[in-house]
Amino acid sequence: MNQRAAVIGIGQTYHKSKRDDVSIAGMLREAAQRALDDAGLTYEDIDAVVIGKAPDMFEGIMMPEHYLAAALGAVGKPMLRVHTAGSVGGSTAIVASHLVANGIHKRVLTVAFEKQSDSDAMWALSVPQPFSAPLLAGAGGYFAPIIRAYMKRSGAPNDVGMKVAVKDRLHALNNPYAHLQIPDISLKMVEESVMLWDPLHYLESCPSSDGAAAMVIGNEAAADQAEADTGRKPAWIHGMAMRSEPTMFAGRNQVNPQAGRDCAADVYAQAGITNPRAEFDCAEVYVPFSWYEPMWLENLGFCDEGDGWKLTESGATTFGTGDIPWNCSGGVLSSNPIGASGMLRFLEAALQVRGLAGAHQVEDARKALGQAYGGGSQFFAMWVVGSDKP
Amino acid sequence: MSKFPELTSGSRPIAVVSFAQAKAVRADIAHNEVEMLLPVFGELFAKAGITKDDLNFICSGSTDYLIGGPFSFVMALDAIGVWPPKPESHVEMDAAWALYEAWVTMQEPGKDVSLVYGFGKSSLASDLGKVLALQMDPYTMAPLWPDPTSVAALQARALLDAGLATEEDFAEVAARNRRNALKNPYAQVARDDDLATLMAEAYVASPLRRHCLPPITDGCSALILVAGERAYDFSDNPAWITGIDHRMETHALGARDLTQSPSTERAAVEAGVAKGGLDLAEIYAPYAHQELILAKALGLGADTQINPSGGALAANAIMSAGLTRIGEAATRIMSGEAKRAVAHASAGPVLQQNLVAVLEGAR
Repeated sequence: MNQRAAVIGIGQTYHKSKRDDVSIAGMLREAAQRALDDAGLTYEDIDAVVIGKAPDMFEGIMMPEHYLAAALGAVGKPMLRVHTAGSVGGSTAIVASHLVANGIHKRVLTVAFEKQSDSDAMWALSVPQPFSAPLLAGAGGYFAPIIRAYMKRSGAPNDVGMKVAVKDRLHALNNPYAHLQIPDISLKMVEESVMLWDPLHYLESCPSSDGAAAMVIGNEAAADQAEADTGRKPAWIHGMAMRSEPTMFAGRNQVNPQAGRDCAADVYAQAGITNPRAEFDCAEVYVPFSWYEPMWLENLGFCDEGDGWKLTESGATTFGTGDIPWNCSGGVLSSNPIGASGMLRFLEAALQVRGLAGAHQVEDARKALGQAYGGGSQFFAMWVVGSDKP
Repeated sequence: MSKFPELTSGSRPIAVVSFAQAKAVRADIAHNEVEMLLPVFGELFAKAGITKDDLNFICSGSTDYLIGGPFSFVMALDAIGVWPPKPESHVEMDAAWALYEAWVTMQEPGKDVSLVYGFGKSSLASDLGKVLALQMDPYTMAPLWPDPTSVAALQARALLDAGLATEEDFAEVAARNRRNALKNPYAQVARDDDLATLMAEAYVASPLRRHCLPPITDGCSALILVAGERAYDFSDNPAWITGIDHRMETHALGARDLTQSPSTERAAVEAGVAKGGLDLAEIYAPYAHQELILAKALGLGADTQINPSGGALAANAIMSAGLTRIGEAATRIMSGEAKRAVAHASAGPVLQQNLVAVLEGAR
């Protein structure tokens, strides 16, 4: 970062299974307009637009940024379209923030989305490729064996994943934007839900959502002005990083990938974080399948390797009672517009340090982590946001 | 003379120090995308004396709709072997925009060396026109399956109707590009046609004859960007990006004046194209008539050579063709053949989005 940058506007849609009441452009505009309103701005104030989404086959539109340009006020402006698999929402926020932090633009609008009901994600993820073994299982089937490996390595009891599933759904009850609202969620309900990909029950999996997330990133002058105009604090970006590694090679640690550890080390160094559990007030981490909470607790250095499940089991990651609440918004387990899911993590982290998270606000949250991952646990994007200027 | 030319865009001098591309072919049935990229990376790294360990950032451009599957960029990473892990990103855009993302990232000191690449195998589509039609508005346009050649024909017709060009002008553009391509060993279509023969061709989509269309191409290209002083470690005469900008237009064809390219004009102003003379221009104009629109939008004079490589009419590897324009211009700067050049990339139906970069040598 050459100069300070901050999140000055935030917007998202009410995530649902099917948004058949709006077009794709209409859905994005809901999120974008809320972000602009939050920042006290209009489309005219925006210098560039950066959009992100997961594979185009999820909606059946090739490179939809062209179709979306006018709806997002990008005509006459620079517009970029990012796609880095599941981490894309996070990467998109980072690309937008680089434009500001590196002095190219003053204010950038960034929007990420998925309208999953327009297609079938399981199909789109499993199209057979020439000379490649077919996946035929979507993401859950891909990750289940890796989760099995984690359970075996760590000796975690079988019910830790189910506890995460309950916890994040309880969190979602405090977030009106969350897709899944299951007031009577319980361990028994999760356990009795159908086994999809052993050890993952139906209720240990993320839903399939339609939704969009948007943020306005501004430089220091824009952020100071937005705060003066709206009375709402910006979320200052203290660090951001991306890391990638190959999908497969002999000896690759798929349970605790090096790229995730390196990405965390990079972003912590930028933000001056040495003890993530103590120094963060909360974290929004990409947990599409329940077991990824204990796995990422270890990968992100919130505990030693092998101890993630103990942290989850102790209730440390529970909103209101734990010392390091994870996914107070309900997380990916409660809302999963895939391309937007990573940005929602970044956005929710920003909401927390702005003190604007409403019923899921962590008291006096001043520093938060946003994380997204994608591909075969190989693409990582992270940022650290804080209430104070870095 | 200063080591770095004056910058119009950005605050940090960033240069192309190496460029490589695959020979463009109609269908590379022997290689998948990784296999197509591997020798190109090998040549790219060898030319600059660079290894993957020198890279601070990697960015690529590709589209899932050519391969017909999700995550086309994921396996392409295997051609680099990103281990230990690297900061890496991908745009679902022509790789010229991947270069832009790398250029933005490299504005930060310490982010000194980037690899940028793009690839695409159009041969995988049984009907490329139908695939590309899916770029249009999904509610009002795509259901009509408007293939890019038919849409380009509307644009060409608008040019004729406005009296801005003739069908002979289109043929001259096509003939010149393919004649230039005779000197480009990577070109797919290279020949010396006479105008009368071209004008005798039947229409594919009136007023476009076959010669006005780009070939269908499998191909890829890649380049290395290096910031500041270090660029001279890898090249005696780096091609400095002194200006770069890109702009979008609306998707609503009826709301655009298709005979003009205001997004190119604006990007050219922002990139400082007119701040000096131009020895050459590499323009991404997949249809012959589009070069006329773009040359005007870029403000090119008669003294600027257009598309010495043969341009997209000689090889049109979708997703890397724009990056190749930058690479072709940079190659001629590095060789000393040109001192100042403009490179252009386009994306979306009939030039909806355009990128302009100015490249300069300091020697």
